[in-house]
Amino acid sequence: MSGWAAGAGTDPAEAVFREEWGRLLATLVRWVGDFDLAEEVAADAIAAAVERWPVDGVPDRPGAWLLTTARRRAVDILRRRQSYAAKLAVLKVEAERDEVARLSAPAAAEAGPDVIGDDRLRLFFTCCHPALSAEARVALTLRYLAGLSTAQVARAFLVPEGTMAQRLVRAKQKIGAAGIPYRVPSATELPGRLPAVLSVVYVVFTEAYAASNGAALIRPELADEAIRLARILHRLLPAEAEVTGLLALLLLVDARREARVDAAGDLVLLEDQDRSRWDQGKIGEGRSLVLDALRHRPPGPYALQAAIAAVHDEAPTADATDWRQIVGLYDVLRATAPSPVVDLNRAVAVAMAHGPAAGLALLDDLAAGGALDRFHPLHAARGRLLDRLDRPAEAVAAYRRAVELCGNDAERAFLLRCLAAAEHRAAGRGGA
Amino acid sequence: MQYLLLIYLEPPAEAPDQAQLDAQMAEWWAYDDAIRKSGVYVDANALEPATTATTLRLKDGERVVTDGPFAETREVLGGYYLVDVPDLDTALDWAAKCPGAKYGSMEIRPTTVFERD
Repeated sequence: MSGWAAGAGTDPAEAVFREEWGRLLATLVRWVGDFDLAEEVAADAIAAAVERWPVDGVPDRPGAWLLTTARRRAVDILRRRQSYAAKLAVLKVEAERDEVARLSAPAAAEAGPDVIGDDRLRLFFTCCHPALSAEARVALTLRYLAGLSTAQVARAFLVPEGTMAQRLVRAKQKIGAAGIPYRVPSATELPGRLPAVLSVVYVVFTEAYAASNGAALIRPELADEAIRLARILHRLLPAEAEVTGLLALLLLVDARREARVDAAGDLVLLEDQDRSRWDQGKIGEGRSLVLDALRHRPPGPYALQAAIAAVHDEAPTADATDWRQIVGLYDVLRATAPSPVVDLNRAVAVAMAHGPAAGLALLDDLAAGGALDRFHPLHAARGRLLDRLDRPAEAVAAYRRAVELCGNDAERAFLLRCLAAAEHRAAGRGGA
Repeated sequence: MQYLLLIYLEPPAEAPDQAQLDAQMAEWWAYDDAIRKSGVYVDANALEPATTATTLRLKDGERVVTDGPFAETREVLGGYYLVDVPDLDTALDWAAKCPGAKYGSMEIRPTTVFERD
């Protein structure tokens, strides 16, 4: 599969540069206070490294080398600008020479990454600022923290590159003109601001996992990016339980990636998946993270969703799933973070724990509420339960509505198969 | 940076009772005292109701004066604070403390400075 992020993360040299680029850019944005200039000189420094390192050898401290190169270039460019603001910026960047020197000193070997790490955390909070639109936040985060090119971000959103370039330009203008700060919120502000950051990473992952549009069911490159972003955040904020919970959730769901689609590219439901194809490495890592996240009281929504994913992952067979525990976890999640989607998932779990009639009653209440009327998973779930209750004519109607609303080709193909089977049964009933 | 904190309020459908009015005024005065003492204060004004507004345009050099405008939204501009703070987050903090955030909504707009050669 030629992914939208072709080349990203596959070539080890490229992966190193992408990692360095992210760190470099974050520090440069703080220094020059200007995304465009930071991008330009970061690219120049990387280009210089690609040219020089194979000849001169890789420097002892590649990060400091890149930073120095980029800083000199920034000063050159700023000097050519005549404005007062540019003169101030030169002074500021010149002052950072000391910081590079500190980073380059052998004693800074341990301290260095922390300083740079803080810069990336600052950038996360800038890119995910609530004053930016939700779309702009995701785009900025993929571009400047995951280090994807504008073309790759455009492919992630399934929009033309020009459209994405415009969106990024407008978002950067807002950051500059509105004075969105480049700093980590204080301890008192953090609880209010962190959810916006986590939600961006979560949105990237869910888009990868249940692509809302297009042909492929899973976009693995996008899922990998989300996990990478969650890992960076977890490294930067190891004591934040919801960050730990989010990383756990992504790993525990992503562990089933290979089993979720069959050889023909068709969707395989959780209960029908070949569990030997689940990634035990990811499950193990996710489980230990979720235990850590659940120690925080009360557990947050990501930790709870991760716990639910862990219960699924621990079951050796679908029948062995501890559905009662899952219903219990959904009850807690409902109290913590109520939403119609949580109610939907809980209803499906109730159907598994207490039978399809109990689940269907809950789904019918939800459908009557109307909030999920355009959400195809509700209609697909109703279809499945009606099928199990041997009410094929009603199942047909539910599946038809689900097919109508579903934007993903692979998922629609699956729903069409369910619909055809239900129609067959309904017709048999009619003939009898 | 200077930010204009614009206060949008919905005109009350009926006159609130005196006790309620006194309590609300006390909140506004407390905020006003706090922001003036903080050092971020530049300017502030409350506006007469939107019904007192007049619009003027020059058309072919002629003044065209009309009553209004009457916004289509229910909330109307009721006043503003102009503050000088380091960044948007600080401006948002002051906007959040303003009673206007509770009784209506606040629009936070940076002022722009044109550089003249």
